[in-house]
Amino acid sequence: MAEAIDEPQLPTASERREVLVDAASIGLATGVYGISFGALAVTSKFTLAQTSALSLLMFTGASQFALVGIVGAAGGAAAAIGTAWMLGARNGLYALRMAELLMPRGWKRLVAAQLTIDESTGLAVRNDDGRHRSLARLGFWAAGISVFVCWNIATILGAVAANALGDPRRFGLDAAIPAAFLALLWPRLSDRTARGVGIGAAIMAIALTPVLKPGLPVLLSAIVAVVVGLWPPRKSAASGREPTEALP
Amino acid sequence: MSSRWMIVLVGAFGTFVLKAIGYVLPESWLAHPKVQRVSALIPVALLSALIVVNTFAIKQHLQIDARLAALIVAFIALRLKAPFVVVVVLAAATAALLRYFLNWA
Repeated sequence: MAEAIDEPQLPTASERREVLVDAASIGLATGVYGISFGALAVTSKFTLAQTSALSLLMFTGASQFALVGIVGAAGGAAAAIGTAWMLGARNGLYALRMAELLMPRGWKRLVAAQLTIDESTGLAVRNDDGRHRSLARLGFWAAGISVFVCWNIATILGAVAANALGDPRRFGLDAAIPAAFLALLWPRLSDRTARGVGIGAAIMAIALTPVLKPGLPVLLSAIVAVVVGLWPPRKSAASGREPTEALP
Repeated sequence: MSSRWMIVLVGAFGTFVLKAIGYVLPESWLAHPKVQRVSALIPVALLSALIVVNTFAIKQHLQIDARLAALIVAFIALRLKAPFVVVVVLAAATAALLRYFLNWA
């Protein structure tokens, strides 16, 4: 049981302060993504209220970018929602790990679920040495709250700024959308399997674009990930490295 | 209610349920190595597809325009370890300048 290894000694005040400083800087860093998201959502003709609702309620970056990207490219509702859901599925796996760490009860469980994202899980895992589990818990809550606040404020700033700019194409904002996706993909390309899946999915999406309704080629590209992921892993050391989730 | 609002609310409901699943489901269901492998690869596939579609497609039509130049600049910036904001701003600036000075699409 988790209690058995809990707190042989309490973390010091400076250790706790360090976690809080990390959480604050992670929040500020994600603010930049939030500004981009707000601007790109407006570029895809979402209203300020819809853009803000996405950051408050969906609160998981890649899903939000994908949803506005697909709708902006004239994709259907099912493709946009399906892609956003699939990109959000990894949070369920983070939650599994956080459930064991946080053991939240009642309403705290709902709040913990909403705050379960890359950054909060990342800071919790980084501070979880099995000795100071309260530091890991502090990392989760501090990063989760810090990112939530910064992300939502930044979203509004980005959306208001993009609305004020007028035609987003004049400022190249439509061309910034694939760049943002590439930046989100970048840390996940650390191994050969992942790079192969990325290339395969890209080729499949391009090949399907002329024949399917917009949005569906993206949604269907997930098949490449499912097929490769279910394939029995090769045992050789050269290519046997498991794809790992990109945590900050 | 507009279809945009429907997409926002249904989309957000689903991503919340996915987050909550980990706090409710028994660990053995999700801890399976194949589930872990597939769920790590799905973002790679979807993001790759999103990159090419948003670069080359206009609805069902494929074309090469300023968006590709912007993506190449973003790629170089990422190779040089530029932070997110720099990558996005450089990409936007590339497309904006090509359109303004060279009249690219």
